[in-house]
Amino acid sequence: MARLSGRMKTALWGLVGLNVALITWVVGISPWLQESARSTLGQGDYRLQATDGTDFTQASLVGGPTAVFFGFTHCPDVCPTTLGDISVWQEDIEGSENLDVYFITVDPERDTVDILTDYVGWVPGVAGVSGSREEVDKMLESFGVFAKKVPTEGEDYTMNHSASVLLFDNDGQFFETIRYQEDHDVAVAKLKMLVGL
Amino acid sequence: MSKSRSGANHILRCAVTIFAVAIAAPLGAESMDHKAMAGGIMIENAFSRETLPNQPVAGAFMTVTNTNDAGDMLIGGTSTVAGRVEIHEMAMQGDVMKMRALADGLKVQAGETVELKPGGYHVMMFDLNHALKEGETIEITLKFAKAGDVTVPVVVHGKTAQSSHGAHKH
Ligand SMILES: [Cu+2]
Repeated sequence: MARLSGRMKTALWGLVGLNVALITWVVGISPWLQESARSTLGQGDYRLQATDGTDFTQASLVGGPTAVFFGFTHCPDVCPTTLGDISVWQEDIEGSENLDVYFITVDPERDTVDILTDYVGWVPGVAGVSGSREEVDKMLESFGVFAKKVPTEGEDYTMNHSASVLLFDNDGQFFETIRYQEDHDVAVAKLKMLVGL
Repeated sequence: MSKSRSGANHILRCAVTIFAVAIAAPLGAESMDHKAMAGGIMIENAFSRETLPNQPVAGAFMTVTNTNDAGDMLIGGTSTVAGRVEIHEMAMQGDVMKMRALADGLKVQAGETVELKPGGYHVMMFDLNHALKEGETIEITLKFAKAGDVTVPVVVHGKTAQSSHGAHKH
């Protein structure tokens, strides 16, 4: 009994330590990192077209919480599951109707705005984005996103690309990343923080 | 035209399901887990996912066991629902998703089980001739260098399924 409470004490002090570390990170280090290295993320003079009829520019990131991710419709795994995950996250977040989500194609040659309309249309709040190759490349550079064509059999090709979801706050400032296959609770916690800002 | 086509599809789906049950039953399979076996190659828990509108490709996932005394190679395949089938590997490098066709195929050593799963090896189907719907069963014929053709019933799960048991639960 005495030994057990000793262990519990150690565990409690451990928790206190973790909390201090977490608060230091959230209040001190993380914002400093974002301020110093990431504040220009998403900024650029790209102009693309969204399936909701608007132009997608750096101004689209301002005025509310925004999530953007990158992919293509000829994608077997990451892109459809991320879109599916977003539809699941939305159910767990109060105020998710205020969150603007953009699925931006890295393959504008095949993914026209028309094709993207149905691809994303089944998830509320999600708009597809496409445009000319040149504007898409400008956009990719602005977001620091990697995308590259990989030939397959015949004349066909697939795309290697960044699979993370990037979150931006009301001012269009980069806020957080949700990694591919991030734990559901962690992803929801990040989105709740973003929407509650 | 489309009516008779979907009727044919339905009959095909039923036939595939009956075929799967017929070959799974003697193997003592669990009720839902489909198995296929030919030439000493056993395929289990094959599944794919419901496709999104305008998604012309899909991955199929399964475990492949080589019960033979010699190694074999999964070199390709065909499907009744796809124009082309390739054996692929997906891998995350940092936050970048990379996918490539395995030009030489996927090696399955004697007695070994190789898992094809989301985020890793998969059977890649191109030019789907219809959108895959949750609950349907499609058919893929895998081609092995030594064992030859193995026809596998593949169950279509929900959009975010991570295993043959369906969607990941939270
Ligand atoms: Cu693939």
